[in-house]
Amino acid sequence: MNKNKEQLLNKRYKAEQRFRLYGQSAIFMALLFLTIFIFKIFSTGYSAFQKTWLIVPVTFDAELMMLEQNPSKEDIQDADYYDIALKSMADLDLNANEDQENELKRMVSYFFEKEIKNELLNDPSLIGKTKEVYLTASDDLDQVFKGNYPRDLPEDQRRVSDYQLKIFDQLVANSKVESKFNISFFTNADSREAELAGIASSFMGSIFSILVCLMIAFPVAVLAAIYLEEFAPKNRFTDFIEVNINNLAAVPSIVFGLLGLGVLLAIFQLPRSTPLVGGITLSLMTLPTIIIAARASLKAVPPSIREAALAMGASRMQTTMHHTVPLSMPGTLSGTIIGLAQALGETAPLILIGMVAFVNTIPGSPMDPAASLPVQIYIWAESAERGFVEKVSACIMVLLGFLITMNLFAQIIRHKFEKKWS
Amino acid sequence: MNLILFTFIVLLGFTSYYFGRKKAYTIQSTKKRLTALPQFYGYYLAIWCAIPAFIIFSLWAIFEPTIVKLLVLSDYSNQGYLDDELNLIYEKTKALSRGQFTGEITPFIEASAEKYLSLRSIAQSSKVVIVLSAIIASVAYAYKRISSNSRTREPVEKFLNAVLFTASLAAILTTVGIVFSLIFQTIDFFKVIPLFDFVFGTHWYPAKAFVRDSSEALDPSMYSDTFGAVPIFAGTFFIAFIAMCVAIPIGLMSGIYLAEYASSKVRQYAKPLIEILAGIPTVVYGFFAALTVGPFLKELGTSMGLEVSAESALAAGGVMGIMIIPFISSLSDDVITSVPQSLRDGSYAMGATKSETIKRVIFPAALPGIVGSILLGVSRAIGETMIVVMASGLAANLTLNPLESTSTITAQIVVILIGDQAFGDPKTQAAFALGMSLFLVTLCLNIVALRVVKKYREKYE
Repeated sequence: MNKNKEQLLNKRYKAEQRFRLYGQSAIFMALLFLTIFIFKIFSTGYSAFQKTWLIVPVTFDAELMMLEQNPSKEDIQDADYYDIALKSMADLDLNANEDQENELKRMVSYFFEKEIKNELLNDPSLIGKTKEVYLTASDDLDQVFKGNYPRDLPEDQRRVSDYQLKIFDQLVANSKVESKFNISFFTNADSREAELAGIASSFMGSIFSILVCLMIAFPVAVLAAIYLEEFAPKNRFTDFIEVNINNLAAVPSIVFGLLGLGVLLAIFQLPRSTPLVGGITLSLMTLPTIIIAARASLKAVPPSIREAALAMGASRMQTTMHHTVPLSMPGTLSGTIIGLAQALGETAPLILIGMVAFVNTIPGSPMDPAASLPVQIYIWAESAERGFVEKVSACIMVLLGFLITMNLFAQIIRHKFEKKWS
Repeated sequence: MNLILFTFIVLLGFTSYYFGRKKAYTIQSTKKRLTALPQFYGYYLAIWCAIPAFIIFSLWAIFEPTIVKLLVLSDYSNQGYLDDELNLIYEKTKALSRGQFTGEITPFIEASAEKYLSLRSIAQSSKVVIVLSAIIASVAYAYKRISSNSRTREPVEKFLNAVLFTASLAAILTTVGIVFSLIFQTIDFFKVIPLFDFVFGTHWYPAKAFVRDSSEALDPSMYSDTFGAVPIFAGTFFIAFIAMCVAIPIGLMSGIYLAEYASSKVRQYAKPLIEILAGIPTVVYGFFAALTVGPFLKELGTSMGLEVSAESALAAGGVMGIMIIPFISSLSDDVITSVPQSLRDGSYAMGATKSETIKRVIFPAALPGIVGSILLGVSRAIGETMIVVMASGLAANLTLNPLESTSTITAQIVVILIGDQAFGDPKTQAAFALGMSLFLVTLCLNIVALRVVKKYREKYE
């Protein structure tokens, strides 16, 4: 009998341990996913911050450039660089036939003319001389150099020919290939060529959308929260508003995209693909988040503050505006930042209002067509070229960096400025 | 132009505030008692400046386009044009006046464009004159009216209260906007496609509706067997189901562990770390699912002799499940912590172990809250867009095999509406009809879930 009891007890203790283990492994799994996730993004993305350059000797032959003696700055500006650019690439292999010369040309980006031109504009005395110029390598060679491109594939399945690889290896052996920090990733707009594509346009698009979103959502949400928390009578109507807010907070984001499409674009005829429309759509989405945060922090202000102000003869409006609202501001602000961070990562509604258009200029105002960072991720992820994979990961890293900064900022505001009442 | 005017009016508002306060100070200096603080006199004047400006601006915004259009088109009124043709002429006129017209420019349209431009400039300048004179008149009237014993605080506070109230209507307006933007397109859609075909049809090929010219726009036979939404609804719930299979066990167990077992140190670090998963943008999950998980599952399947699509429902659903873990874990954590301690103590006193207490006492007590959090998770899974768009297929297959690709409501909306869309086309309207069904389904889930959670909270407060 006693033994039976002991067995039962042991069984129960084992069950206890098992249950505990389930919990631990659940936490472990969640954290494991997070780690794999972040590791994967970083390991594919870090190489995008480096860019491969080919160092090619260029002879600035005045005749080929159609330049006369002692050319002025304008002449240099208008000169023809295509021939010398082509020639300097072809000179990499003196025995090259016509096809091979073409392949040689495709080892650098189509931007190489411009790079040679800038070199001469910086130093006009180079005419007639030869200088080694840094040229952006094509994205395929860039990937080869970074080791992301499988070289052992059969040639017809590769975008890089054996010939190009041979010349490239010669260049590498002569240390004429260099990897430098990729500034153009941050300063260029989007491009169809992976080696030239940058995030400047989508970054500005995101900034403009977020600013529009902040300017609309913050005042409206704070005023609404003040009304609901401090002035609203308890009746059916305010209950209805409350249900609306709580429900809106859980409506799928794509529905807001349909709202933007059906109302802002179709009825109000606002310009398509612009951060203005994007910002308005996002503001409707963040509104409930900010209202809920602002109400919570208004509720956290102890009634004694209000009572003291009222006792000193302040009106209800004065009490609210002079005491309650300022004291609730830290909580409201950190809620706002978290709401904006959500809006910054939102993609689906922006796709519906046309912010997926290919934009190769950097927008200067909220009325110019633009993409946004998450949409840029989507656009690049859908492109087939191998060079875009690391760009996507790098763009994700920039976006995550932003979100983390915003969330930290929200935490700091909350911890530094919020008063603890107790 | 409008911006300059707006800035000017704001400046006028500040000046009237300044003058109002100054008048109050002068009254005060004559030793008379004021009935409100001096700045209220300022606010009072500023409001008298803002209200007429606001009214005139909104009236103009509403009526100017209609009136201008009426006047421009009055030239064409007795030439027997149809309404649609008149609209087209007006659009051409506007495009020409903006210098964006590409096409044949007829003298008629050129004349209209000139008329349009001159009308616009007349309207613009008369707006400036009317706004400014209205502001000056109203501010002057109010300035005259204020004296030592005039009431200024009450009207100012009433005005502020009205502003606050209007702001609180924004949430209702948004909901109305959503319903409004969805309902008309949806009704138009169901005029062409019978509701029955939409709800019970099993073939979804919206691309079929693409190839047609405008003359046969309303031929319903073209669309039969094109917009049957069953495969999409099935795909949506199927992917959501896979997601919940991942999210519920992991989320619930981590919630329980964090609430009942974890030391405060573990809790302090593990909780925010898990919540990071909720803060990662969904497009990033989509990329992860499409680039890493999909190919990985495919390879794994091939090594086991299974045929796995690179865009399998399993990849999309699994990654979506990871995304939902934190929603379930933090909500159920909250719910479990709010179960009163006395219930636990009672169970321990009877000799129950911790896990027995959790399973037999706390879990049943917290069940409504947990169900609520799961329902919110389901609603999130159904409405999730980017993961499905990027990682799941775009062709609507009716299948229950997680290794094949399926499509969802949200993915179809994106597929249909990406790029240019023509309103009035059944294909575009189909996207809105799908949006409407998505909105209704999530609305029901949300309302039920919020009710359940609220009821639960009230029980233990």
